[in-house]
Amino acid sequence: MEIILSILTGLLFAAGLFLMLHKGMVKLILGIMMLSYATNLFIFIVARITRGLPAIIPRNQDVLANSFADPVSQALILTAIVIGFGIQAFAIVLIKRVYAATGTTNMDELNKTDNLE
Amino acid sequence: MQNVYLLSVLLIPLLTAITILFLWGKVVAQKIVGAISSILYLFAAIMLFNQALTSGMAIENVGNWPIGFGIVLVVDQLSAIFLMLCAILSVVAFWYGSSFIESKASLSIFLPVYFFLLFGLSGAFMAGDIFNLYVWFEVMLVSSFVLFTIGASRSQLEASLKYVTINVVSSALFLIGIGILYGLTGTLNMAMLGKLLPELQNQTLATVGASFFLISFGIKAAIFPLFFWLPATYHTAPIGFTALVVALLTKVGIYSLIRFFTIIYPLQGTPIQPILLVLAAFTMVVGVFGAAAQTDFRRILSFHIVSQIGYMIMGIAIYTPLAIAGALFFVVHNVLVKTNLFFIAGLVGKLFGTYKLKELGGIMQKLPFVAILFAISAFSLTGIPPLTGFWGKYLLAKGGFETGNTLITIVTAVSLGVSLLTLFSMTKIWNEAFWKPFPNICGDLEPSTNFRSILKAYPGMLVSIFVLTAIILVISFFPNSSIEWCMSAAENIINRDMYINGILQHN
Repeated sequence: MEIILSILTGLLFAAGLFLMLHKGMVKLILGIMMLSYATNLFIFIVARITRGLPAIIPRNQDVLANSFADPVSQALILTAIVIGFGIQAFAIVLIKRVYAATGTTNMDELNKTDNLE
Repeated sequence: MQNVYLLSVLLIPLLTAITILFLWGKVVAQKIVGAISSILYLFAAIMLFNQALTSGMAIENVGNWPIGFGIVLVVDQLSAIFLMLCAILSVVAFWYGSSFIESKASLSIFLPVYFFLLFGLSGAFMAGDIFNLYVWFEVMLVSSFVLFTIGASRSQLEASLKYVTINVVSSALFLIGIGILYGLTGTLNMAMLGKLLPELQNQTLATVGASFFLISFGIKAAIFPLFFWLPATYHTAPIGFTALVVALLTKVGIYSLIRFFTIIYPLQGTPIQPILLVLAAFTMVVGVFGAAAQTDFRRILSFHIVSQIGYMIMGIAIYTPLAIAGALFFVVHNVLVKTNLFFIAGLVGKLFGTYKLKELGGIMQKLPFVAILFAISAFSLTGIPPLTGFWGKYLLAKGGFETGNTLITIVTAVSLGVSLLTLFSMTKIWNEAFWKPFPNICGDLEPSTNFRSILKAYPGMLVSIFVLTAIILVISFFPNSSIEWCMSAAENIINRDMYINGILQHN
């Protein structure tokens, strides 16, 4: 399972970066989304995958005796998803405004701020 | 016992931002609330600074979880210096911004977002947990996105799209670094990581994790191959909106680099140290040549930030107490001087309606006091004794040459050469904007413009420039105590035990 997920994460990173480097503006947003999904999956995998072992202490015990799924990494991912969602929402509104102001979705044409005068 | 000042440094900006949001549209009331809170914030930061100096550290264990499980907020001397700078800047940038921005609609957005940005900045400086640091970074970044886009002119939107994208990449790399360190050690607490990481068997993977942090913080701090977003972005938005971002955002990157490469992953003797030294040299050189090629007041200043970041990186990479103290002093110097230069650029742009050096001129004859204020800051930036830049460069050069290491000596020598080129680009602004006769390409000043009329029209802008210049002069002529604070902070951070034990033994 780890191997499949690792390959999937790698593919998501590759796809995300490829789309971000593309000149299309909508593809940029898709790239941003894929990159944040890839990082979330990455954190999920590095915290080790355990199956069917929730971190819940049974009624008659004080501590968890056996191994359990790490709740910290899940909390991290949850936070990262929420933050990523906010950034994506901002980015989507931003490209809409950029398109309205410039009339183009070609990122290669947005080089005005770099030019020497 | 709750640490009142530590919590109020966080809560004042948050509560102010929320209060100001409720006063939407009532600009006068918003300004009054903002002005009072920024003074209260400064007061809380001074008290916290004092506390950190006397007791070394202020710790707040949020939620009372055992250390290592919950979030801790830590203010050691390093954080205290940055918080203090942030507080001083927040007061003057507030005056400047609320006087610079004339449109009521823009002010209504600017004021609340400004305090959310301050909230994120103060949180980032006191996070004792790497994931918490990430969250504060995002608070800060989202606020800065909004500040960069207020007004929504074409160049602002273009620049913001690049700025947002590069920061998304940087945050993703930061998260990957966090993931690697968490997978290796099972903790996110900085002190705990600092204790566990050097004892680890798998040092290679630790170095891989550290390089993710280097790249992510490097993008934020704008170091050599990762700086391209900065000169493309900083000159687009009006300086009144972005003063705090321009002054402090890259410095948060520097702060995180210092924190990470001392406490968590001590740099000395690792493969990253020589890389960082070489990057520092390239950052200095490329930044200063980039600035020399520009012909716009604000673009020269923006490119210069990159060059100055190189000095700070050099101080971290040399990794002796003296060099880190030099880097810290350089941060203090640079934040004050650079912001003041941007403020003066903003004032000149406001009066003349242009930032192009070709169209500017004759400020020396028309407004001699502006020219003098600019000269003080420009001299300080180039490092002419006895102004602040000289002390910073002196500490860095002394720290560098003392080590006797060949690579460090070469990089330090490069840094001295870069100072000369800095002088060149400051002279360029001086000659073009201040000294040459007015070229009459675009509209001239109103003939009645003088000190009094500017003070009447833009009181906040003028007062903030004068206050910053006064602070620069005080630090220049009485550098002893600031250098002592930087030395003490650098020694504490380099002897990692104090920070690590201070947190781990806190109950």
